[in-house]
Amino acid sequence: MADLGRICLLLALVVCAYGIFAAVYGVRTGRVEFSESARRAVYALAIILTTAFAVLEIAFLRNDFAFNTVADTSSRTTPTFYRAAAVWSSQEGSLLLWAWLLSLWSSLALFLVRRRMRDIAAYATAVLLGFAAFFISLMIFYATPFATTSPAPAEGVGLDPLLRFPTMMIHPPMLYSGYTLCTIPLAFAVGALATRRVDADWIKAIRRFAFAAWLFLGVGILLGARWSYSELGWGGYWGWDAVENASLMPWLTGTAFLHSLMIQEKRGMLKVWNVSLVLATGTLAVMGTFLVRSGILNSIHAFGGATLGVPFVVLIGILIAGSIYLVVSRRDVLRSEHRLDSLLSRESLFLANNVVLVALCFVIFWGTYFPLISEALTGTEASVGPPWFDRYTVPLALILVLLSGIGPVIAWRRATLANARRNFLAPLLGALATLVVLVAAGVTERPFALAMFCCAGFVFASVAQEFVRGTRARRAIAGEPPPLALLALVRRNRRRYGGYVVHVGIAVLFVGVAASSSFQHAVEQRIAVGGSTRVGSYTIRYVRPTATITPKEDRAHTGSTLALGAVLDVSKGKRHVATLRPSEGFYDSGEPAQGSVGHLIGGQAVSHISMSAGLTRDVWTAIAPDISTPALQRIVTIGNRTLSAEEAPIAIGVLAREYLKHPPAAEFHFIVSPLVMWIWIGGLIVFGGGLIAIWPAPSTVRRRVALRSRSAHGLARA
Amino acid sequence: MEVLVALLAFALLAVVIAVIAAPLRASLARPPERKRERVSPERAELEAEREAKYREIRDAELDFRTGKLSREDYASLDAALRSEGLEILNRLEALDDRPKTDPEVED
Repeated sequence: MADLGRICLLLALVVCAYGIFAAVYGVRTGRVEFSESARRAVYALAIILTTAFAVLEIAFLRNDFAFNTVADTSSRTTPTFYRAAAVWSSQEGSLLLWAWLLSLWSSLALFLVRRRMRDIAAYATAVLLGFAAFFISLMIFYATPFATTSPAPAEGVGLDPLLRFPTMMIHPPMLYSGYTLCTIPLAFAVGALATRRVDADWIKAIRRFAFAAWLFLGVGILLGARWSYSELGWGGYWGWDAVENASLMPWLTGTAFLHSLMIQEKRGMLKVWNVSLVLATGTLAVMGTFLVRSGILNSIHAFGGATLGVPFVVLIGILIAGSIYLVVSRRDVLRSEHRLDSLLSRESLFLANNVVLVALCFVIFWGTYFPLISEALTGTEASVGPPWFDRYTVPLALILVLLSGIGPVIAWRRATLANARRNFLAPLLGALATLVVLVAAGVTERPFALAMFCCAGFVFASVAQEFVRGTRARRAIAGEPPPLALLALVRRNRRRYGGYVVHVGIAVLFVGVAASSSFQHAVEQRIAVGGSTRVGSYTIRYVRPTATITPKEDRAHTGSTLALGAVLDVSKGKRHVATLRPSEGFYDSGEPAQGSVGHLIGGQAVSHISMSAGLTRDVWTAIAPDISTPALQRIVTIGNRTLSAEEAPIAIGVLAREYLKHPPAAEFHFIVSPLVMWIWIGGLIVFGGGLIAIWPAPSTVRRRVALRSRSAHGLARA
Repeated sequence: MEVLVALLAFALLAVVIAVIAAPLRASLARPPERKRERVSPERAELEAEREAKYREIRDAELDFRTGKLSREDYASLDAALRSEGLEILNRLEALDDRPKTDPEVED
C-alpha cells in the first residue's frame, strides 16, 4: 500500500500546482469557472490527503514494518492506542498530519465563502494551496512517510516512551489544527490586500477561523503543559522550551488580533495593524512548525534531523518579504477611517492590551531565537533560561491580567471619569479584599504572586459586576427571572460575555501559575525502604517497592518491559493523605548488542509519576530506581550469557523478584505545589468562554432582515 | 496487491478529475459569461458594515444599561451611531437592483 501513498502525494502536488494556476488565472481573467475549479482542487486535495493519511494509519495499526516510519516509531509491544497516535510522532507522519489538516480546514473555509468574496477567495485558495504544495514537496523530496524497506524488519523500534501518554493522542492534532487554522486568516489577508478590499467583509469572513485557531492553539498548548507536568518527570508544566514558546507566540499575536479586529469592525481603524497581526500570526505558526521540524534548536520536542531547515527558511523568508511588500504597497487603502475619540475608552484599552501582548511575543521571540542569533554573531551558542523569561514576562502578565479586568468596565468610544469611578469601585474593592485576606494569612513574601492574586481579584469582581448589571438590565427590559435573564443576556451578546468568561479563565490560570511557582516545596532525596522525608507540611514515607514485568500489566499501559516503583504513604501531621505509587518504566531498546536480556530493559527509562491532586494542592512524586547494583547487574549479565531471546523474559522476572526482596535505596523527587489544579480549571474556563464566543447564534435568535423593506426597522431595533 | 493499488489509484484519479473539472465542464455546456457573485463586493462590504453598526448600537445600549455611559453621553452616542447607520442604509439603497442577500444578523 506504500505505492498508493506515494501516488497520493504526487497527485496531491499536481492538484496543488493546477489549483494555484487555476485560481490566479481565474481571478486575473475573470473566468469564474477556473476560480471555482481551483476551490474544488482544495476539496480534491482533502480527499487525496485523507486517503494518504488512512494508508499510513492502517500501516501503523497493522504493524507493517516495511514502512520505514512504522519501523522507526512503532513496534508490536506498543499498545494499539499509542500505535494509532504514533503516526504523528515521526517527522514524516507529522508533516502529513499538517498537510492533511490544512486541506480539511481550507476546504471548510472556502466552502463557507463559496458565494462571496470570489476574488479574495481565489487568491486565498492559491496561498493555501501554496502552503499545501510546500509540505507535500517536503514529503516527496525530503521526508517521505511512504519510504519502505525490503525485506521488512520483524520488529520496530517502538514509540518513544515519553510520548506514551493519553493526551499525546490529541495534543499534536490540536496544536496542528491551530497552526493550520492560522494560515487561513493569513491567506484571506493576502487576498484582501491583493484585491485592495481590506474592508469589514474579509474581517467578518475570517473572524471565526481566527477564533478557532486561537482556541485550538490554546487547548494544544495546555495539553502540552499537562503532558509536561504528568509525564516528563521534572514536575513542571512550562519550561520556556523553544517549541513551547513557538506555539505560544502565534497564540499571543492571535489574541491581540481578536481584540483589535473589533476596533476595525466598529470604527474602521487599525487596518495596517490588523493585517500585520494576521500575517505575523500565520508566519509565526509556520515558524513554530519550522522549530519542531528543523531540529535547529535543542528541545525535548525536536524531531531530529536538520534536513528541513533550508526549505523552511526559504518559506519564512518569502512570507516575511511578501507580507512587508503587500502592507507597504497597499498603505493607501489601509488608512484608518476614524481616530480615537478618547483615551478613556475600550478602544484605548484594547490598544494597550495589544501592545502588551506583542511585547510579550517579542520577549519570547528574542529569548527563543537568541541562541541562533548569538551563534550567528559571535560563533558561540548561548541560551537564556527561565529566570530571563520570568524577568520580563511576569510584569507583562500582571499588566495583561489587570487590563483584562479594566476592559469590561470601560465603554466603547468614550467613557467619563465619573462613570469610570463608579464602575471601578467594585473591582477595586475585590482587589483590596484579596490583599487584606492574603496579608492576614501571612502571604507577603512573594510580591509578584501577591500582585497577581490582587489583579485576579480585580478581574473576578469586574466581570461579576458586568454579569450582575447586564442581568439586571435584561430583567428591566424583559421582566425575566434572573437565570433566564442571564441566559438571554449571554445568548444575545455571545462575543462580549464569552470574552468575559475567557478573561476570568485567564485570571484563574494565572492564579494557579503564580501560586504553584511561588509557593512550591520540592525535595530530591535518596530514600531506603521504611525511610521518610518532609516536603512542606507533608511527610512522605517509602513503604515498599513494586515491580511489574508484563507489559500488558504495566499500570501506565505504556508497554514497558519492566516497571520498578514504590508505594509511598503521604501524611500531614497524623492524618493519612494519600497512598502514591510512582514507578519508572524500562523499555526494550531493540539493540541486540545489549544482549538477550539487556536490550529488554536497555531502552529509555521513563518516569511514571504519581500524584494526589486537589483543589488546594498537588503532592507530586517521581522515582528513579537504582538497577545498577551488583546483584541486579549480575542477573542481566548471566542472562545475556546463558539465555536465548525467547528465554530472556525469565531473567527479567528474576530481576524483578530480586528487586522486591532486596530493594536498594531509590532516588525520589517530591513536589508539593498549591493550586496547580486551577491552571487546568482556568484552561477549561477559557475553552468554555471561547466556545460561547465562537458558537453561531441559534436559528431561533437569528433574524433575517430584508434589506429594503425593513432596513429602517432593523436600525430601530438594533 | 499491486492490482488493488492500481484500481484504488485510478478510482482516486477519477474522483479528483470529476471534482475539479465539474465547473469547467459546466461552463463548456453553456456560453461563457462572467458569472456574478451572489453578493457583489460593494454590497457585501456595506452589509458587513451595517451588521457591525447594529452591533455597535447594541453595545452602546448595553454599555448605558450597565452603567458605563451617562444618559447624556449615551443619547449623543446613540444618535451619532444611528446617523452613521442610516448613511450605510442609504448607500445600500442607492446600489442598483443587483441580486440581494438576506443577511443573517446576530440578534
